[in-house]
Amino acid sequence: PSAPAALRALPPPVAVGVLHATRPLHTTQQSLAPVPPLPEKGGEVRHGLIPEEFFQFLYPKTGVTGPYMLGTGLLLYLLSKEIYVVNHETAAAACILTVIIYGIKKFGPEVAAFADKLNEEKMASALALKNNSMQALQTAIEEEKKEQWRAEGRSFLFDAKRNNIAMLLEANYRERLLTVYSEVKKRLDYQVAMQTLKRQKEQDHMIQWVEKNVVQSITPQQQKESIAKCILDLKALSKSAHAAV
Amino acid sequence: GPLSERPLMEVRLGELHTWVSTCNFSPQGLLGAMQKAWSSYCAKYIHVRRGGPAGISMLLAGYCLLSYGWNYQHLKQYRWRKYH
Repeated sequence: PSAPAALRALPPPVAVGVLHATRPLHTTQQSLAPVPPLPEKGGEVRHGLIPEEFFQFLYPKTGVTGPYMLGTGLLLYLLSKEIYVVNHETAAAACILTVIIYGIKKFGPEVAAFADKLNEEKMASALALKNNSMQALQTAIEEEKKEQWRAEGRSFLFDAKRNNIAMLLEANYRERLLTVYSEVKKRLDYQVAMQTLKRQKEQDHMIQWVEKNVVQSITPQQQKESIAKCILDLKALSKSAHAAV
Repeated sequence: GPLSERPLMEVRLGELHTWVSTCNFSPQGLLGAMQKAWSSYCAKYIHVRRGGPAGISMLLAGYCLLSYGWNYQHLKQYRWRKYH
């Protein structure tokens, strides 16, 4: 009834489902949890059969012995008028009651301790479960807070990434510069080597040509004259050398 | 408090007549009254942390009395004396 207009404006099947969900929940006081704890001890019962309230009821008028006198009188009346008939069942009941009372008096505390221990274990396991889940949720809350704190540092992350990318770009640019430089140098070295080779070839060719022509121009006559001149020079040198010694 | 909402233990003897007249004697009413009585008995004597033999022994004693009452006509034949 009090749903906002925006929810009513949805298409009809969705609006019906959503309007059911907008009714108020948990507005009354009555709720099933937490359940109140069990009382520690039950109502007082005297001799295991008669509640204490009966004795308190008769106490103002008859004092402490009133209910016992009432019980004795009632018992005698029932027996004498044979409203309670004594037969074999009476003997059986007497034996059974004796055994039951003896058993309860002897083994009662042990059984009670055992049952208490079982209860304690159940309670302890339930409490442990509750504590564990609360602990787990607490750690989850702390982890979540830590994650939120971590998410605040995302600006540092982005700065580092930006720096990385800038460095990559720089390194790439320098690599390419180096490539350009080496390529240009290779082409220029080639040109220089070509020129050097050409000049050397020209030199070698010219020297060979000059030598060949000179050797061709030495006639046999000139060869004989030059040999005789050399012999004369040698003799003169040897004479001057003898004289010096 | 008002008479019809009080439990039976707190009704005085003089008001018993009017209390009975305010009772609901339809089947649902009787069933509801029995349910209430049983649940209050359980809550007082059975659903406690450290109960004793009292809770069940009272139920057994009530059962013994009821069965004696139901079989009384048969048991009357086993009387010891004819005149009391």
